[in-house]
Amino acid sequence: MSGREEVLARLRAARGAPPRVPAEAPRDYRPAGGDADLDLLVDRLTDYRATVHRCAEPEVAEVVDAVLGGRRVVVPRGLPERWLPASVTAVTDDDLSTAEVAAADGVVTAAAVAVAETGTIVLDGTPDQGRRVITLLPDVHICVLRSEQVVAGVPDAVARLDPRRPLTWISGPSATSDIELNRVEGVHGPRNLHVVLLTS
Amino acid sequence: MRRTFLGMPATAPRGVGHLRGEEPFPAAARRGLADPQLRRNLGHATTTIRAKSGAVIGELPDWQALREAGAAIKTDVLARLPELLEQLEVAVTAAGGIVHWAADAVEANRIVTELVAATGSDRVIKVKSMATQEIGLNEALEAAGISAVETDLAELIVQLGEDRPSHILVPAIHRNRAEIREIFLQAMPGVDPSLTDDPPALAAAARRFLRETFLTTRVAVSGANFAVAETGTLAVVESEGNGRMCLTLPETLITVMGVEKVVPTWRDLEVFLQLLPRSSTGERMNPYTSMWSGVTPGDGPQAFHLVLLDNGRSAVLADEVGRQALRCIRCSACLNVCPVYERAGGHAYGSVYPGPIGAVLSPQLTGVEENASLPYASTLCGACYDACPVKINIPELLVHLRDRAPHPKAEAAAMAAAAYVMDRPALYAAAQRAARLSRFAGRRGRGLPPPLSGWTIGRDLPQPPEHTFREWWAQR
Repeated sequence: MSGREEVLARLRAARGAPPRVPAEAPRDYRPAGGDADLDLLVDRLTDYRATVHRCAEPEVAEVVDAVLGGRRVVVPRGLPERWLPASVTAVTDDDLSTAEVAAADGVVTAAAVAVAETGTIVLDGTPDQGRRVITLLPDVHICVLRSEQVVAGVPDAVARLDPRRPLTWISGPSATSDIELNRVEGVHGPRNLHVVLLTS
Repeated sequence: MRRTFLGMPATAPRGVGHLRGEEPFPAAARRGLADPQLRRNLGHATTTIRAKSGAVIGELPDWQALREAGAAIKTDVLARLPELLEQLEVAVTAAGGIVHWAADAVEANRIVTELVAATGSDRVIKVKSMATQEIGLNEALEAAGISAVETDLAELIVQLGEDRPSHILVPAIHRNRAEIREIFLQAMPGVDPSLTDDPPALAAAARRFLRETFLTTRVAVSGANFAVAETGTLAVVESEGNGRMCLTLPETLITVMGVEKVVPTWRDLEVFLQLLPRSSTGERMNPYTSMWSGVTPGDGPQAFHLVLLDNGRSAVLADEVGRQALRCIRCSACLNVCPVYERAGGHAYGSVYPGPIGAVLSPQLTGVEENASLPYASTLCGACYDACPVKINIPELLVHLRDRAPHPKAEAAAMAAAAYVMDRPALYAAAQRAARLSRFAGRRGRGLPPPLSGWTIGRDLPQPPEHTFREWWAQR
């Protein structure tokens, strides 16, 4: 008997008769479709020590200049060029080596979805967000978010996302609760998270 | 003594992994209780987490509805476990992953060791995973000449301190900042000797120490919090970014997952991603959650192996009352509210699963006769049931397992004698008069003679009344 057949046979014997129809779980919690509160998102992000900048789309380059001016910045292939000021050395991720990504000071990306209630940004690897590694190794991550990408709660985000893409849910900078169960920012991921929330 | 039949539910094998303690709970707990530093550290940590968790749970008006949904989804999973695992296998395979099945710890360790050996790497980086601790994977890899580097901060503290984990979520919860600083100074290669015990400084030391290892190791081993049967999506919930490092940088990723972690649909994650962070670290959302389906060309590991682990879970599933323990999402809320855990500490439970959930899960995974003291490691106060995000009725399970645990012969004899006496009114009256005499006999020690002394070690013998009810009634 192979491992597969053995495990399945054990579980079938243990479970007993299968249900004739799958049980329908009660879903009386708040469903997707609530109003996305941008101020709540800003409050949640700030609470987790992310820095929030609210500005119009043409001003993104100024924010990037203020945070990463004079530094080396990785950018995904699909990032709008107008978001980058002349003051940064932009390195486009054309299959950069891990060492090249790690050597950068920062990274600028767009996002897929943001959850107001939890202060979460989700990246899904589309061309304006790039490979997972580029938002992991540099110490500063600037993430540009359009207001229509902000949703109310977790169910809205799950409904919008494609599970077949690699997804990274980010809520504040890298942190740990491992020392006396207090949250301390800054372990292995980027220690500085800047969110640029575009006003429409 | 025990025989395993092919295809029949089986408990986790002996001699491998970490589900059995070296001594019963009362003996191990006595050591924990005698350590004032441990009790201070645990009291401080659990008080902190209870307050944080309570505050963010209070923000959600639909918390009880989410618990109901979480419990119902997991109950459905257990009813359809074989079918959902087959569906998961199809979806993961279609997405470019390879699925392996391990009946127990020995098989899982062999599969992972062979997969690592095939890559030619003599080192793996690991994301904190209860399943791989349960099966003793690190020891198996070491025996094959492969070093396993724990990358979670608390796991690193435990590994460098040559210690044992004492909490599901925060394995080094029994250590305070000063002790962690000492461990780093003694065991972390290249550590700055002027390191302070400031938590950010300790976290930064771990960041420096592990950075090069992350960038140069070609194989990672992880657990999984959830696996979606319909899409083949795996999810790992973490805080530090060490999980992202392990799930993104290496060429090969091996994920070891208990079979009960499967959920039917993608949508089900909308429930568990709300329940888990608020119950575990007391955050609205943990800093990082990674999700992936098989292999993504050009992004992350290009070889993905999923090892589905039984190791006693089929035996738990076979008990219709006990199977609800398999709903557990490893949040550790029950540990943080348990008065027994807070005082005795996690090591007293002997298993990688401590606290109330450990007291009901470990005996079922091993067979209750091999962890017979654990169902008694509770006051049955019920705080764990209230805290559980998937509504596992832990007190009910404890009582159920106490019933199934082997009982001492003296207890059965005493109960049989009591039943005989209570059936016979004259004998009962005489026995009550005799009990009154024991007021004089028992005054010195308030204990019973052997073999009944076991019962009175931790309890005072009740003072018998001066008159029995029947005497008072007759004289009235």
